[in-house]
Amino acid sequence: MNERGMSLIVKTIARVLVGMIVLYGIYIVAHGHLTPGGGFAGGVIIAGGFILLYLAYGASEKESEFKKWQASLSESLGIFGFWLVAMLGLFIGGYFFLNVFAKGQSYRLFSGGIIPVCNAAIGAEVAGALVGIFIAFAALKLLGEK
Amino acid sequence: MIYYFIAILIFVIGLYGLLVKRNLFKIIIALIIMEYANFLLFALIGFRKEGTAPIQPIVGGKVFVDPLPQALVLTAIVIGLGTTALIVALAVRIYEKYGTLDIRKIKKLKG
Amino acid sequence: MIELYILLALMAVGAIIALETHDLISAVISLGVCGFSLVLIFLLLHAPDLAIVQIVVETLSLVILIAAILKTTREDTEERLSLVKTGLWVGGLFFVAIFMYFTYQVLQNMAEFGAPNLRMAVSYLEMGLKKTGAANLVGAVILDFRGYDTLGEATVLFTSVMGVLAVLRKIGRKKEGQNE
Repeated sequence: MNERGMSLIVKTIARVLVGMIVLYGIYIVAHGHLTPGGGFAGGVIIAGGFILLYLAYGASEKESEFKKWQASLSESLGIFGFWLVAMLGLFIGGYFFLNVFAKGQSYRLFSGGIIPVCNAAIGAEVAGALVGIFIAFAALKLLGEK
Repeated sequence: MIYYFIAILIFVIGLYGLLVKRNLFKIIIALIIMEYANFLLFALIGFRKEGTAPIQPIVGGKVFVDPLPQALVLTAIVIGLGTTALIVALAVRIYEKYGTLDIRKIKKLKG
Repeated sequence: MIELYILLALMAVGAIIALETHDLISAVISLGVCGFSLVLIFLLLHAPDLAIVQIVVETLSLVILIAAILKTTREDTEERLSLVKTGLWVGGLFFVAIFMYFTYQVLQNMAEFGAPNLRMAVSYLEMGLKKTGAANLVGAVILDFRGYDTLGEATVLFTSVMGVLAVLRKIGRKKEGQNE
């Protein structure tokens, strides 16, 4: 009998919804140069999907320790990728943050040069950061607590 | 012009909460209200009366609102989230050590 | 713009209630009302990018605040003595009056509401699609024209997460009563 976490209805609905929420977040990150949104909003939405899963199933010590290094890894890779793309501009063009990829046709998904890659890196970074913050708060045990 | 006044009035409400209140969480809420007043002021400055959202359409549309204050506010919102998370974590540790959230009782500085 | 007035009044009332109520959960809920009316104001001012970011960030910061309040305590602290409080109120209103007077003097030099002088943004608006290839001009500004600011923001977020994970750590903390 599982007394941690919420009831069975909430657990089932969370399991069904988390895929759609993460897909919606990836859509907002990928179309960041065509529609409103971008890396920050999409990253926070992806983090929201994972936080829903934690809240519905109850965050315990073992699961949070297992997933904390994954969140930290995603966050570190995100900001490292952002810096790497900026340094590519320095090596190829001569200026930091120069737009060196091919611009392509306007209004297509793979246009805009450096901007979709930067959006993806920022999305990974923000999602990892917020899931890490939430795990640190949910798995906290104060000194006088049971 | 009245809109700018109301935005700065909300900032002053947050400043009152920061200076007068004694509970630590009320001070955190006052900091968040001051940040919201800043975002509001920047978004009001960049508004243009007959403009639309700054997304370049395929045909037509030449009058946009100013995109530069919106870029600054976008950065500021995410930074506000970071500082809120850090100061709330510090408040939880202060409660664990002192047993109270009253700032007049948290006085034992060491070192 | 009568709806802008109504939303601004809702935001001010929400801010005042968030600071004056005695229960901390009610204060956080009132802060949520203040934030969501800010989302509607952003939509009225033709800023959809800001509205999306503000609504999700607001929801997450409410979750963090409620998680912290439920682990500590729920009530507010006691009130002051009444004589000191009256003196504080009078001094506070005097300060607000002086502040608003200087605000009025500063606002005389700013442009009218609805007609900003777009000295920098004229070139961004005209050449944005040609130079960067992106249709979302706010995204083009934060990632191509002003990429340094975004790099600084990512660094600040990374540093604050490092701080949170270091403060709320479980291993490496000394128990009470051990020697230094």
